[in-house]
Amino acid sequence: MNTIFQQIPIEHYITLSAILFCIGVLGVLTRRNAIVLFMSVELMLNSVNLLLVAFSMFHANPAGQILVFFIMAVAAAEVAIGLAIIVMIYRNLKTIDIAELSKLKH
Amino acid sequence: MNVLLTLSIAATLALFFGVLRLKNLATPVIVIGLLASLVFNAMEWNNTTSIFNDMMLYNNFTVAFASVGLFITLILVLFYSELSAKHEFHLPEILAIMLFGTVGGIVLLSFRNMVMLFLGIEILSLSYYVLAGIRKQNVYSNEASLKYFLMGAFSSGFLLMGIALIYGVTASLNLNEIAGYVNNAKGIVPPYFLVGVLLILSALLFKVAAAPFHFWTPDVYDGAPTLITALMSSVGKLYSFGAFVLLFNSCFIPLIADWEVILWIAALLSMSVGNITALYQKSVKRMLAYSSIAHAGYMLLALVGINNLTSGSVLFYALAYALASVVSFVVLYIVRDKKGSYDIASFNGLAQKNRMLAVVFTISMLSLTGIPLTAGFFGKFYIFNSALQSGYYWLTAFAVINSFIGAYYYLKPVVAMFASKSDEEITMPALSNSLLILLGILIILIGALPGFISGVI
Repeated sequence: MNTIFQQIPIEHYITLSAILFCIGVLGVLTRRNAIVLFMSVELMLNSVNLLLVAFSMFHANPAGQILVFFIMAVAAAEVAIGLAIIVMIYRNLKTIDIAELSKLKH
Repeated sequence: MNVLLTLSIAATLALFFGVLRLKNLATPVIVIGLLASLVFNAMEWNNTTSIFNDMMLYNNFTVAFASVGLFITLILVLFYSELSAKHEFHLPEILAIMLFGTVGGIVLLSFRNMVMLFLGIEILSLSYYVLAGIRKQNVYSNEASLKYFLMGAFSSGFLLMGIALIYGVTASLNLNEIAGYVNNAKGIVPPYFLVGVLLILSALLFKVAAAPFHFWTPDVYDGAPTLITALMSSVGKLYSFGAFVLLFNSCFIPLIADWEVILWIAALLSMSVGNITALYQKSVKRMLAYSSIAHAGYMLLALVGINNLTSGSVLFYALAYALASVVSFVVLYIVRDKKGSYDIASFNGLAQKNRMLAVVFTISMLSLTGIPLTAGFFGKFYIFNSALQSGYYWLTAFAVINSFIGAYYYLKPVVAMFASKSDEEITMPALSNSLLILLGILIILIGALPGFISGVI
């Protein structure tokens, strides 16, 4: 069966994932809001998921898709912990701007 | 397998005791769980078992590293439940999370599949994110937790991208098959593969807190509760370095020409940044945090010229560092509890008031410096020996100069303890007192008879 997804050359998937990954990295490096930072990290993880699924299809090997499930599960756990940390900080400081978090540098 | 099950069950039971308000039962369950897993771990010696369809392999390497990790965790659980119990409402949960982190660590010491590498790193890190922020009302602890979390998740992204690229080239996540691919390629692999190796390398350098990925370390180690910092710097480093050695030893040796340059630059930077910045610190806690970056640099030295001495010397160094770092952080916790500050001045006159505490702290500082007759000396000796075997003469010479710089700042609090006077009494609970003496004796004993540990793997 030759679906539309298999007609797209693998290079295109790699380029798209690389672009999404770089957007994520730039987001983490430039934004100041903790939630936006967090979303950028999720974007990085999802670009990896896309790449893994594309490679998995390309090689006709299921291992990559299994790893995607693990990444999704771990990302969900990470969201739970990350949002809890952000809520905890908001309660104490009334802000989630990471530029305000410089108490430790003195 | 039994080790992972025992640890998980003990931790889950402790969580239940926490919910049911049976707090007094939590510590015994955790301690029994750790003791049982130490026994199960020792029973795996010389008995290589493959579990989860070849996703993990429990061999002598795993047993040796895991025994050190479990032992240090046990010591820290005992310290934590005695020293912090009075101002700790969530003791069962904290101890349980420490155990869950250990589960991740043991996965990291036995993975044979990239999926388990990722899961191990995540289980370990997610536990540490929570532990770093366990003081919910304390702004410093909050800040440490958020910084650790954001930077940790960022580096996980790099790790996964690396794994995905390697998977794209080799069509497998299994380490043996990846190693087979690399061996067949005879040093010539597609650029995607090399980018993948470099991404994984940077994520692992991040996890072991080596420069240039060290920027989170001082803030996180400084802001986290002191005993948690002891856990992160001792066993956290041990597990990450175990994974580092395991991965690069089994897969990427034929490509050494491509990554060793990055590794020795990282080692060089970690040693100099860690040691030189530590010189200027007034707070002992921050000084120890910077010194842990320097120690990561020394351990990278063994990995630069990876050979058959690498795992043994990394294990010895990690053990020596873990013992000394636990002692120094525990003494720091006690001093801070009394004096209210992490400054070097808090150590003034400690030798007069509590001779035992001062002596043990001095031993740990000497061991961190690497003075002969302590465990730290032979740790450095084996690491340097391993690097010399691979022909890294000038890098080793640089490391030796760096250990002299280290002596200057490690001895500052020691001088303060013995030279100045103080009139405040410092007393210690009985169990912690004897544990500290035990750790001090162990540091000396391993320094006097290093053959016991070094010949193991």
